[in-house]
Amino acid sequence: MIAKALTNWFFYALLGLFIIFLYGPMFGIILLSFQGPEGGLTFPMNGMSLHWIGDLFKEQRVGDFQGSFLRSLSLGLLVSVLTTVFSYAAGLAFRRGFPGATFLFYLTVTSLIVPSILVSLGIGLTFSRLGLETHWMTSALGAHLTWTLPFGLLIMFAIFNRFDPSYEEAARDLGASFFQVQRMVVIPMIAPSLIGIALFGFTLSFDEFARTLLSGGVKNTLPLEIFGMTTTVTTPTLYALGTVTTVVSFTVILVSLAVIAVLNRRSAASKSHGSEAAA
Amino acid sequence: MTSNPTTISTGMPPRPSFWARLQGGLLALPLALVLLTFLAVPVGIVVAVSFWDYNDWEVIPDFVTFNYVELFTSRLTYILYAKTLKFAFLVWACTLVIGVMVAYVLTFRIRSTKWQIVLFLVCTIPFWTSNIIRMIAWIPVLGRHGLVNGFLEQTGLIGSPIEWLLYSEFAVILAFVHLYALFMVVPVFNSMARIDTSLLEAARDAGASGIQTFFMVILPLCRPGMAIGSIFVVALVMGDFVTVKMMSGGQAASVGVALRNEIALLQYPPASAAAVILLLFVLAMIYGLTRIVDIRKEL
Repeated sequence: MIAKALTNWFFYALLGLFIIFLYGPMFGIILLSFQGPEGGLTFPMNGMSLHWIGDLFKEQRVGDFQGSFLRSLSLGLLVSVLTTVFSYAAGLAFRRGFPGATFLFYLTVTSLIVPSILVSLGIGLTFSRLGLETHWMTSALGAHLTWTLPFGLLIMFAIFNRFDPSYEEAARDLGASFFQVQRMVVIPMIAPSLIGIALFGFTLSFDEFARTLLSGGVKNTLPLEIFGMTTTVTTPTLYALGTVTTVVSFTVILVSLAVIAVLNRRSAASKSHGSEAAA
Repeated sequence: MTSNPTTISTGMPPRPSFWARLQGGLLALPLALVLLTFLAVPVGIVVAVSFWDYNDWEVIPDFVTFNYVELFTSRLTYILYAKTLKFAFLVWACTLVIGVMVAYVLTFRIRSTKWQIVLFLVCTIPFWTSNIIRMIAWIPVLGRHGLVNGFLEQTGLIGSPIEWLLYSEFAVILAFVHLYALFMVVPVFNSMARIDTSLLEAARDAGASGIQTFFMVILPLCRPGMAIGSIFVVALVMGDFVTVKMMSGGQAASVGVALRNEIALLQYPPASAAAVILLLFVLAMIYGLTRIVDIRKEL
């Protein structure tokens, strides 16, 4: 009994170490970004202040933080919406089958494997051959979608593998049109997973670097801006930027997870309610 | 577009009607268009440009093979591939051990489903935050005056700071493991969660020890998950340039870094040739992996 408890604690400790390994360094830079004006790049902390965070919001102090931040935010939202809609539609398509389904499946999986730098280079070259300017809203958007859509589609596969088609049949038997079936039956049932796809879309785009590098155009997105700063900035501003970006990511993640939890609870509640009514 | 009466069907009908297939085609169109425009065409252009000529300021459409000849006759290419393969192998080995261990604890050692979900999310959340920031975060830990050196100096274990902690190959591998361990944890966890617990009971009844059950029952059953994780890790490390560049402080080289440097010098045709070879190399590695382990069961 004691031996069993000990081995269990040994395994919990291993998991704990892994979690410290994952989060420790990140909390380090969050702490360091709240140093006083005399602060440096390493511990120990030199005073406490909002100096470096405030620095980010001053005009022209550290590159183009606000511009790049807004660009990354809008691009992330756009990628998120398109990833969700396109993956959902494609998920439905793969269920009913269509000409070229196998080819499209392999193309999607290939998109996960092709090195990002190759996608970036290819899109840059394609646009320049066509005489088009690369821009974060066009070429970078496409580049990001090649990374987010495969994740979206794989999640859709996982959802539809467990989705009972008799719900849709019942709706159709009652005379619901294709769009009514989607809006009133399928989407409400899989809404939590769709939010998961949207979360993937936003966060992967918001943090994407390599795919934006040669497809982003003249105006930098936030990760490009941060990467540029790693070679020039030697103050805690760098950490402050990391802190603000991480806080944005965490907010998006936690809000999405909370919405998913609420939706799950609601559907569980309505299910148990339904069975009570039936009884 | 309204549904046609003939499309009343289950999830995967054996022979869908023409209208159902047409509707399916329309639904798949956005995905297909995005991937054709931003993946297939660009990769095709890279292949084409790899056969082009160039001078100091422009690329010249042509059909020449010297971009490839130069690549294959240069000793540097082989050195770079050896180095990158070394990174890929070490990172793969570390992430495999960590991935199996973490997935095992999550699946078999955490009893309550609620805690399982919470801890799984705790392990996945960093995956959704910025890679570059997660790399920067190692500076105060590993730097010359960082936490590790500070601790070791204070305890008297070392007299002067260890120089190879940051901006070294060690830092590159550590950062890779830190960034990509999740890609191993998630698929292995997915495989393990599907293992029927009655198999474990059967193993115990047949007299297997905990360690024997782990190596002879659990591990073989999560081979597909390990293969998918390995594909992710190998593809990401082989194609990387940011991590190597940042964490080695520009001191280590890899296939990706060399490729990035050629692009920066606007030498697109040789860069394209290098990119094509890299892609073929990665595809060959992954093809080899799928020969060893059948991953289709997982999809």
